[in-house]
This record gives sequence, C-alpha cells and structure tokens, in this order.
Amino acid sequence: MATDHELRLRERLARLRSLNLLGGTRVSGELEKLQRQLERLQAAPTDEEIWRSVELARHQDRPYTLDYVNRLFDDWVELHGDRGRADDHAVVIGLGRFEGRTVALVGNQKGRDIKERTERNFGMAYPEGYRKAMRLMELADRHRFPLFSLIDIPGAYPGVAAEQHGQGGMIARSQALLARLGVPIIACVIGEGGSGGAIATALADRVLMQENAIYTVISPEGCAAILWRDAGEAKKAAAAFKPDAVHCLELGVIDGIVPEPEGGAQTNHDEAARLLGDGLREALEELESATPDDLKRRRRAKFRSLGVYA
Amino acid sequence: MSSRIDVSIEHRNVPEPPGKQHPNTCPECLSHYRDDELEAALWVCPHCGHHFTMRARARIASLTDEGTFVEEAADLRSEDPLDFFDLRPYTERLAEAEMKTGLGEAMVIGQGVIDGNPCELAVMDFAFMGGSMGSVVGEKFSRACDGAAQRGVPLVSVTASGGARMQEGILSLMQLPKTVCAVEDLHDSGQPLISVMTHPTTAGVLASFASLGDVIVAEPGALLAFTGPRVVQQTTREKLPDDFGLAEQNLRFGHIDAIVPRPELRSYVARLLRLFSSNGD
Repeated sequence: MATDHELRLRERLARLRSLNLLGGTRVSGELEKLQRQLERLQAAPTDEEIWRSVELARHQDRPYTLDYVNRLFDDWVELHGDRGRADDHAVVIGLGRFEGRTVALVGNQKGRDIKERTERNFGMAYPEGYRKAMRLMELADRHRFPLFSLIDIPGAYPGVAAEQHGQGGMIARSQALLARLGVPIIACVIGEGGSGGAIATALADRVLMQENAIYTVISPEGCAAILWRDAGEAKKAAAAFKPDAVHCLELGVIDGIVPEPEGGAQTNHDEAARLLGDGLREALEELESATPDDLKRRRRAKFRSLGVYA
Repeated sequence: MSSRIDVSIEHRNVPEPPGKQHPNTCPECLSHYRDDELEAALWVCPHCGHHFTMRARARIASLTDEGTFVEEAADLRSEDPLDFFDLRPYTERLAEAEMKTGLGEAMVIGQGVIDGNPCELAVMDFAFMGGSMGSVVGEKFSRACDGAAQRGVPLVSVTASGGARMQEGILSLMQLPKTVCAVEDLHDSGQPLISVMTHPTTAGVLASFASLGDVIVAEPGALLAFTGPRVVQQTTREKLPDDFGLAEQNLRFGHIDAIVPRPELRSYVARLLRLFSSNGD
C-alpha cells in the first residue's frame, strides 16, 4: 500500500472536512471509494478544461435521456401528460425494469434534428413538464418504486405562457414533493444542469454527475451578460463560477462522478450507458435498506447542510 | 474640471434618461418627496399609491409591535468559496454592500410579535446586492424555520430578491433545495409559512421558499416572475402583456392569494396568524 499516497489523500480529506464542505454521508464512505473520487480532485481542472466540459455537455451527439433508457431498462413504458392540461415533450417520464426491479424515471429530453428539437422545445420544460414529473414522483412513492432523475436542461423555459402558468411556483413545489418522498431518489446530471430548471428534479438522496456534465446557477452566457455586460465573455464566466463535476464534488454539491468513455459520452453511447448504469446501481444498493423516514430525514439534512459561511 | 466645456444648455429639454431618477421620485407619477414624507407614508406614494422598495429594518418596524423584535444570527457573513472575481472581487462587493446598507446580509431574521401574535420573521433587503440569495441567506432562512418550529410559532417571510447570488456559483443554486427542505421541516412541525412577496421576488427565491407559503400575499405592482420581462422579451421575441409578471397577473392566474397594500399588511398578516393559532383567539 502506497502510504505516501494515502497520506496525501487523507490530508486532502482533512482539509475538505475543516472547510465544512462535505456532508456527513460522504465522509463515511470506504477509503477505496474515497480514493477514487479524491484522485480526481487532486488534478483541479484548468479554465480550458472547464470550457471543454461546457462544450461537451452541450455536444449535439451526446446521449440524451431516451438513449440511456433504451440501453439501461428492460420493459420501458413511457407515460404521458400532466393530468391537467398538457404533455410537455421536454420531459420524459416512465416505468422500466432496471436490474430486475421496477424503477420510475424522469428525464429532460432534447432533440437531435431541427424537427425534434422544436417538438422538445430544446429541452426547456414548461410548468406542465414539472407537473408531469410530479405526477410520476407521486406514483413512485405510492408503489415504492425507486426514482431515477436524469438531468439535461439548459434552463426552465423563459416564456410568457410559462410565467402565466407559474414556472417559479412549480419548480418550488416539485422540489418540495421530492423532499417528502419515502423512496430512494438518485439523480444524475448527464449534460447541462441548468439552474432552477435542473434543481426542480435534482433534490435527491444521491446526486451524481457525469465527468463532462456541467451544473450551473445560470448559463455562462447569462452570467457574462449580467456581470461582464457581454455574453461573449462566457468563457471567463465559466472559469469564475466553475460548473464542472470536479468542483461540484469538492463543494459537496454532488455525491459522485460517473466516468465517461475516453473523449466524452458522445463517442460511445453504449459504453457511456454501461458506466451510468454502474453508477446508478451502486447508489441504489447503498440506499435500498434505508426506511422511508430515514431517507427523507437524511435527504433533507444533506441539502440543509449545503453552503459556506462564517 | 475647468477644461470641461459646459454643454448643458444644449440638453435643456432632453428628459433625464430613465432609471436615473432620484430614489425619492415616484417612477409612476414623478411626484417627489422628502425622506421623512416617504417614511411617514411607509414608502407608498401618497399621490398615486406606487410602492417604493422598503428596507428590511423599516419593514420589521412597520409589521411588528414596538420593541418586540429580537434579531437572530446577525453575525453570519458570506465567505467566498470560489474566489469569485468578475469586474471586481466578490469580497469587495460584499464589504461595499455592508457599508451601504448597514446589514450583514440580504436577509434579517428574528423573533417578533405582530399585533399580539408571536411569530418568527425572515425579511429580505433588496439594497444588499439585489437581495440575492447566497449561502448566508439560505442558512438564515433555514434557521428561521427551525426557530419557528422550536417555539411553535408561525414563520412570516417578506421577500425582495433578484434571485440566486451568481458570485457563489452552484452553492447559491443549492440554497433553493436547502430552503425548500427547511420549509418542509417547518410544515412537519405543524407550523405555517406566511409568504409576503414584495417587489421584486424573482428567479431563485420565487422558485423556492417564497412560493411554498401556506398563504401567499403580494404588494400591489410587485414583479413576481421566474424570468423577468427583459429576458423573456429578448429570448422569445414574444409581445409581453402590460402586466407581465406583476402581482395583478399572478393573482388572476391563481398563483397568489391576495394583493394587500402596504398600510393594510400588518393587520392582514395578524388576522392570518390568529386563524392559524390553535385556539383561534
């Protein structure tokens, strides 16, 4: 055993602990797992690497929710509609068999060609999309199905009708419902984790992120437009707010990084799906024995511990 | 300075550019007031009824019974986890905001009594970095929920915020689920959240605790939108209705319970607190 190496890792961990950045659940992990994650932390990404993540997260050939569903689930049945007024095609919900058990899945869905992109509204959900997701969350809770949430959204749709139908309130209520569920919830950011539109379905027991995914409070372009008064400064903005997986892990915002095939998930969808499946299975196994009350309590405690202040 | 050529005479009839108005000039009817006049009128224009933004301390004084408010967690301060630097360092912006407002952060929390009804208050101040929600606002709101639950009293929140604080990056987004979880814990303890939305309550705050009030009331003319009109217009090129995102539109579409003018707010909230108290007296 390379004690030198272990020492370095432990030092790193001690530093993180003293910053009060890591939630309790994460620190209690086994050393081996910790080692794997911490090796990534040791090489903090450069500004160039951060921007490469932004580009890869938005790559047009990157696998979307349905690409993964088809590879990971047997007997996938897609469900439709919010039972109120619409079926938002930017959000996919359904039931499938994962490793021999029924799982409920909600995911953001972008389109590949112009026709599908328009139909999916470029992956940007309306309030109806979140109500559709909430309908599935309730179903999952009722029948004790674990819930998977795949996140890949530039942001909740910013339109007149979306506002009139209560975009902000719906995002709040979707989170509140997730905070009440008694089943395991595993979320993974598989592309763009865009602000409120993403967090609406990301209040989970385990939040994972693919290696080249990004998780942001505002798009790099939006941040640049506001703080630099120039959307062209997106690269600078991204370097400043650090939306990459490694930094998110370091800040305690996510619980683990799911590796991608060499060069990015777009190069090999099958391999990307296999790696994502491994991550989801591992997280599910950790959560399966917990009681509904424990899940709820720990989930809330985890999110309530997030933040840095003096 | 002497080398400057005075060109003001050429511009005599050019109106002041919008947004350059004096803070005491009403943007609706252009009436101008002295500080003490506005203060006496609770920062509501006596001529046209326009609601100016109200500072957190003044808000607390206007809502609570005199001498009852006890502030909590006043010493919490933001850190700079990302070493964030845009045109200026985040730490500098924080220091300047504190100097300007006399507040440690964009939210003040504490115990108070409204017309005889004990409650917990969480009041935002737009003057502190646009009322943006970072780690400290999230933590303060979270503690206000716990304080209310422990003392068995309702929580009254008054929001005024542009949204999440970009300078804290992803951690500011995490204040959405954090405050949502805090409200859920408050609800589990059996206590209500009365949410008062004032101008503006937008983006991250609207998409988290503010929208989870058991009762939601708004001030007249307040902008309550997830995405503001300028961005919606730019992104979608849609023609915006005149009252886009305003409290009045939100009431019509069923997102809030009532629009209450500021002078009536205290008695309105007091009535709600009485109805939520177990014995109803």
